Amino acid sequence: MPLTLFEKIWKSHRVIKGESQPDLIYIDRIFLHERTGSFALKSLKERSLSVKNPKHVFATIDHIIDTFPGRGDETLMPGGKIFITTMRNLAKEFNITLFDINDPRHGISHLISAEQGIALPGNIVTCPDSHTCTLGALGAIGWGVGSSDCEHALATSTLSSEKPKQMKVSFRGKLNEGVNSKDMMLHLIEKYSASGGSGYAIEFGGDTIDAMPLENRFTLCNMAVEFSAFTGIIAPDQKVFDYLKDRPYSPSKKWSENTEYWASLASDDDAIFDKHIEINSSDIYPSITWGLSPEESIPINGVIPKVNEMKNPDNKKDMESTLQYMGLKGGQSLLNLPIDAAFIGSCTNARLDDLRSAARILKDNKVASNVLAICTPGSADVKQKAELEGIDQIFKDAGFQWREPGCSLCFYAGGEGFLPKQRVITSTNRNFRGRQGRGVRSHLASPITVAASAVAGKIISPQKLTKQ
Amino acid sequence: MNWSSAFKGVTAPLLIDNIDTDQIIPSRKMKTVSKIGLNKSLFANWRYNYIKGKKAGSNHDFILNKKEFLNSSILLSGKNFGCGSSREHAVWALKDFGIKIVIAESFGRIFKNNCARNQLLTIELTRIQIELINELIKKDVKNNIIEIHLEKKLIVVPNHKNFEFDIDPFLMEMLLKGQDFIEYSLGKEKIIDKFLKNDKNKRSWAYL
Ligand code: SF4
Repeated sequence: MPLTLFEKIWKSHRVIKGESQPDLIYIDRIFLHERTGSFALKSLKERSLSVKNPKHVFATIDHIIDTFPGRGDETLMPGGKIFITTMRNLAKEFNITLFDINDPRHGISHLISAEQGIALPGNIVTCPDSHTCTLGALGAIGWGVGSSDCEHALATSTLSSEKPKQMKVSFRGKLNEGVNSKDMMLHLIEKYSASGGSGYAIEFGGDTIDAMPLENRFTLCNMAVEFSAFTGIIAPDQKVFDYLKDRPYSPSKKWSENTEYWASLASDDDAIFDKHIEINSSDIYPSITWGLSPEESIPINGVIPKVNEMKNPDNKKDMESTLQYMGLKGGQSLLNLPIDAAFIGSCTNARLDDLRSAARILKDNKVASNVLAICTPGSADVKQKAELEGIDQIFKDAGFQWREPGCSLCFYAGGEGFLPKQRVITSTNRNFRGRQGRGVRSHLASPITVAASAVAGKIISPQKLTKQ
Repeated sequence: MNWSSAFKGVTAPLLIDNIDTDQIIPSRKMKTVSKIGLNKSLFANWRYNYIKGKKAGSNHDFILNKKEFLNSSILLSGKNFGCGSSREHAVWALKDFGIKIVIAESFGRIFKNNCARNQLLTIELTRIQIELINELIKKDVKNNIIEIHLEKKLIVVPNHKNFEFDIDPFLMEMLLKGQDFIEYSLGKEKIIDKFLKNDKNKRSWAYL
């Protein structure tokens, strides 16, 4: 029977094939962070349960640590330190490898599980974090769960679930100038809604993806959860194999045999997908959100839809309150709207390639004087490599703060945040109400749109700055 | 929670799409590594007014602050309820408030699983059905009690209408038995170990 990439991996991990119950699926790797992993371990301890295979479990401290230079366990988030120390103590107690603050391998979990070769093609990796889907770029199933399911995985090395339906999203053709994978996802989610992927595992494919650097594929899979998908995945190719070779936890033996196996996981030509979406990549423009859901986005040269164009009366009310929160009006363009802050960071867009592309815009430019600009590299490795290339200097010369790795201003946990009514252009993944601080107006965009807007002091198209 | 008899409760309609878990409980309210006492943080940004970052009384416009809805145990919502962050605190906060059932057009996957693991029932209905229930509640706020019969897969709005719903039979069994998922799977340890032995031979590269 022909199978999809996802189905092949699922099948090879099936411990019990569900009939009157869901499938029981073996989990290769578990990654924890201090924000939710600490709960799972604590609860496991309270129940006197053990971790079935501590060798396959890793942890980091990324969510609520400060990202100021010289940071330690003290964090601006009230009560934050307790999450950090709990995570550290429990990792030790359960014999779990921890990439602690200021370890050269430290960073946001979804970045370092790839950098360290912990997530591999054909693997299933779980983490009590919704953006675990990021790892689909390696051809792994990244499975985000809550604390209880994480405990389940820790105690049994399995998770139980029905197999999700299969969707193929194909991007075809060449991308326009100034467009990257962030814009592709905003475009997809706008077109098919924030719940468009609900119930599906999504395989991204098509020649646009084939040609895309691996780093940008992470961004694509990362945003699969904003589309409500079970996960996002891309068939592993030579770019993936080259990336993983000689990583600390990658298998060192029988490399060619392994890559052959991984390549064989690609969906069969006649595999059956329950749904197909085809997107012409040349239809995608630099995109930006105007509202409070990633589905509320427009091409940067477009205008916000008008309230009276909404059919459903309940949506109309929603939209009015959304526009009021955002300080915007239906029918308005976002171009030239003054911004207060610009943020480049998060598991979506804080990889080396993201920083390089932003640096190309920032070089010999200055951030507008009224704009607070912050860059948080996604991991210590990204930071170090960027510094070797002099990218940090470009950011700093332009007027960006250059921070230590972590989740940072991607979300507001009561510590550092932007201020009410501040308009922020951000390379992160969620523009939810209050996500970056109470009352903050977040506009999601690609790192180059963020960089270009930071320089202009207002929302502008990156195409404008690159063409100058 | 005993799901074998009918559950009766007050329903609070919150018909907004894409209510994310950051709204159900803001991140800044997850202050300790504990699951209890989260009631007061439920929908904090909507339930309370804030002046300069400080709580300044209740927001009387918010449904759960209205007299008739203070004791709500059923929530009625739109599309994609519980999308976003995986935080299980969203479920713990709902439970701590007293919510036992969420009815929505669709749910965020992780949220829905988190509910199941915590004995909170999620029911999916169509937009039309949800709007109808909403209307029936609004028409007669004083008698806003609906019944949920899990085993019969039935929602009863007394003197009005019944709505059938679908639920995964396994999930229903787990709810009815009050069975813990981890214990259930720990019971399969022998099968898991047998799988592991085989798999280690087949996919040795995946083992550290
Ligand atoms: S960077 Fe943001 S989205 Fe990514 S894991 Fe951290 S908090 Fe979550």
